[in-house]
Amino acid sequence: MNFKHKFVFLLPGLVVLIGILIFPIVFTVRLSLSGWNSFNPELNFIGITNYIRLFTDDPRFWEAFFRLSFLSVTTVILQYVIGFALALMVWRDIMFKRFFRVIFLIPMMTTPVIMTVIWRTFFHESLGPVNDILGNFGVTPLWLSNPATAKITVIIVEVWQWTPFMFLLLLAGLLSLPKEPFLAAAIDGASAFRKFVYVTFPLMAPISIGAIIIRLIEASKIMDTVFVMTSGGPGTATETSSFYIYIKGLREFQMGYAATMSFTYLIIMIISLTIIAKVLTKLMIKE
Amino acid sequence: MKTIKTCVTALISALLVFSPVAYADKWSDQFPHIKATGDIPGECSYESISKKNYKGKTLKINTHAVPVMGEPTALHAEQFEKLTGAKVEVTHTPAGDLYAKAMVPFQAGQAPYDIVFGFSNFINDWKRYLEPVPKKYTEMRQMKDVTKSHIGVASWDGVMYQFPVDGDRHYLKYRKDVIDNPEYQAKYKADTGKELRVPRTWKEYGEIAAYFNGWDWDGDGEPEYGSAEVMKKDDLMFAAFFSRSVAYSKNPRTPGGFFFDLKTMKPLINNPGFVEALTDWVEATKYVPPGGINFGLGDEINSFGGGQTLFSFSWDDALIAAMQDDSPIKNKVAAAPLPGADRVWNRVSGSWENQYNQAPYIVWGWAVGVANKSKVKEMAFDYLCFFANDANHQADLGIGRFGVNPFKKSDFDPNIYINTMGWDPEIAKSYTDTLLEMEEKSTNRVFPLRVPGVFEFTSAVATGTSKALAGQLSPQEALDEVAKEWEAILERVGKDNVRQAYAVGVKMEDNEL
Repeated sequence: MNFKHKFVFLLPGLVVLIGILIFPIVFTVRLSLSGWNSFNPELNFIGITNYIRLFTDDPRFWEAFFRLSFLSVTTVILQYVIGFALALMVWRDIMFKRFFRVIFLIPMMTTPVIMTVIWRTFFHESLGPVNDILGNFGVTPLWLSNPATAKITVIIVEVWQWTPFMFLLLLAGLLSLPKEPFLAAAIDGASAFRKFVYVTFPLMAPISIGAIIIRLIEASKIMDTVFVMTSGGPGTATETSSFYIYIKGLREFQMGYAATMSFTYLIIMIISLTIIAKVLTKLMIKE
Repeated sequence: MKTIKTCVTALISALLVFSPVAYADKWSDQFPHIKATGDIPGECSYESISKKNYKGKTLKINTHAVPVMGEPTALHAEQFEKLTGAKVEVTHTPAGDLYAKAMVPFQAGQAPYDIVFGFSNFINDWKRYLEPVPKKYTEMRQMKDVTKSHIGVASWDGVMYQFPVDGDRHYLKYRKDVIDNPEYQAKYKADTGKELRVPRTWKEYGEIAAYFNGWDWDGDGEPEYGSAEVMKKDDLMFAAFFSRSVAYSKNPRTPGGFFFDLKTMKPLINNPGFVEALTDWVEATKYVPPGGINFGLGDEINSFGGGQTLFSFSWDDALIAAMQDDSPIKNKVAAAPLPGADRVWNRVSGSWENQYNQAPYIVWGWAVGVANKSKVKEMAFDYLCFFANDANHQADLGIGRFGVNPFKKSDFDPNIYINTMGWDPEIAKSYTDTLLEMEEKSTNRVFPLRVPGVFEFTSAVATGTSKALAGQLSPQEALDEVAKEWEAILERVGKDNVRQAYAVGVKMEDNEL
C-alpha cells in the first residue's frame, strides 16, 4: 500500500485535532497580540504590548494567581485526605457499604452552580440557616463578607463538591490493588497503621499522584463557586485568575488582553503542574 | 314620544360613556395582564397592533433572565404573537453576559438577534450596530410622554438608538412608620438631641441608620438594621457609590464634568468629594445587616422590601417590592430624594464650599435596541412600541419583579398607584413627587458614564471601592488606585475618544442638551 494512502486515514483525526485543539490555541495567541476590545473590534497587531502590561503593570493578575494557588492547593489537600479516608472506610467490609458509596458520590453529581447558590443561601449572614443555628450558641461568623472567612467558605464548598471525585478515583485504586502484599504484611503481624504506611499508601502512590494532578487542574479553573458566592469579594479577597480573566474578557470586553492572560496562565499551569507531578513522584514513589 | 327621546338619549349617553370600558374589556378579557386599565388607545395599543399582520415572520430577542425584564419581554412577546401572527423567539441571558452576547456577533457583522436588551450605558459601544429609532416612533404621542431625562438616556447626541421601555434613577427609600412615629421621634431626640426626620444629608442618614441598627424597632421579634445597600463587588455597586458621591462632588457652579474634567480629562474620582463619599460608605458597613457588605441588588430588594432595614437607596425595585400586596410593610414605606451634603467640593478652586448640595443620579437602567442588520426592523420596533404601550406599561409598573419603572410624564400621576395598586395616597405622592423632581425639575443631575470602554472604568471603581469596604485599603488609597487605573484606560482608549463621548453626557448634566 502506498504510504500516502495510509496518511489519508489519519486525516480525519488530524482535522479534528487541529480544529478543536490547535486552532483555539493558535487563535488565542494571535488574539493576545491584538488590541481587540469594545471600541476596537479588530485583530490589529500590537506586538507584545499586552504581555508587557501583564508583567509590568497588572499586580491584580498576580495577586489573583497566588490566591488561586493557595485555594487550589488547600482544597486539593483536604479533598485528598478526606477522600482517602472515606475510600478506606468503604473499601473494607462494613455494613451498608454500597449505600455509603452512593451517598459519598452525591455532591459530585449535583450541578456546581446550583449547589453554590444553595450554599450561598446557607451561609447568608443574616438570612441563612447556618448563622441562625450558630446564633443559638452566640456565634455568627461573617462567612462571605470577611476577607479571611470568605476564603474558608469557598474552600468548604469546593471540598464538599469535589471530594467525591477524589474518593471515586482512590476507591477504584484501592479495589485494584493486589492482595499478596497485604497477606504478606498480615503474616508478618503488621498493625493496621503499619499496613497503611508501608503497603497501602506506597501502592496507591501512582493513583494518588494522578488523582491529585487531575484535581489540581480542575481546581485551578475554579470559577462558578467564586462567581456565585462572592463575585471575588469582599474586595479582591477571593478573586482567582479565571474569575479575573472572565472580568477582563467578558465584562470589560478586553478580548486581546484577556487572551494574553489566558495564554500566560496556560503556560504557567503547564510548567507548574509538570514540576508538581515530578516532586510528588519523587516524594511518594520510592524505588 | 318624550319618553322615547329620553330613552334614546340615555342609551346614546350610556354608549358614549361606557364605550371605552367596553372597548377595553374586549382586550383585557383576552389579555388579563391589562385587566386594571383595559386597552388604552394609542399608536401601539392592542387595537392598533392587532391590525398588523406579521404571519410567517420571526422576531428574535435576547433579553435578561426571568423575572427582571425577562418576564415582561416573554409576556409581551406572547401577546404580540397572538395579535400579529408573528413568531417571537426569546432568549434569556444573565445580566453580566448581555453585553458580550450581543457585542460578539455585532463585531463579527452578524445579527443573531433582532432585538437586544442591555443597559442604557452600553449605548456608546452599541450605537454603531443599532438602528436609530425611526421618526414615526420618535414623534408619536407615546414617545412625547417620555421624560426629557429618559429621552436623553436613550439617545446619543440627539439621535435615539434605544427604545424607552424603562426608567431608572436612584433615590432614598425609608420606613415611614418609623421616621414619622412620634414615640421614636421623642426617643431619638432624647438620646441624640437631634430631630428624627427624613435625612437631608448622608451624615444624617448615617446617624439615623446607626441609631436604628441591630434592635427590634418594628416589634416582630427580630432585630432590624439601618440600611440595605448594594455593596457586592461588580454587582452594580459602583452605581451605589456614585449615588453617595453626587452630593459631595456634583457642584452646579463648576460645570464641565463630574467624572472627568472635560478640558484636561483628568479623572476626578479621587478628589476630596469622592473620598468623603467613600469614607461615609465604609462607615455604612457598620449599620448594614450582617453580611450586608456582600449584598447584591437582589439582596437589597429582599432586605428592605422584607422589612429588615430602615433605609435603602437604589433603583425602584425595593420600594415596589415593599408596596406589593403580599408585603408585610405595604404602605409603611416612602420615597425621598437622595440625601445631600452640607458641603460640596469645588474642583476649580480646590476647596470645599460650605453650603447644602443635592444632586439626583439618573442612573443607567434597562435599555433595548434593534440591530441595524435585522431583516425585520419594522416588526422589531412595533414589538418594542407595543411592549411600552400605556396599558402594558401601567400593568408592568405594578409588578416589582418585572423591573419596569416610570419613565413617562404620565407615570408621575399618584392616582395610578392609588387606584390600580392600592397605595396609600401620601406614599404615592411621595413617590411621584420624588421622581418628578429628579426627572423634570432638577438642574443638577448626574447621568451615567457613557464613554468607550465604560466597563473598564466602572469595573475599576467597583474593585477600588470594594477594597475600601473590605478594609484592604483606605478610601483615599482606594480612589487613588482607581484614578491611576482610569488614567491607564484613558491612555489605552485615547483621551480624545473618551472626551468626545463624555462631552455628550456633560452637555446633559450642564443642561445644554
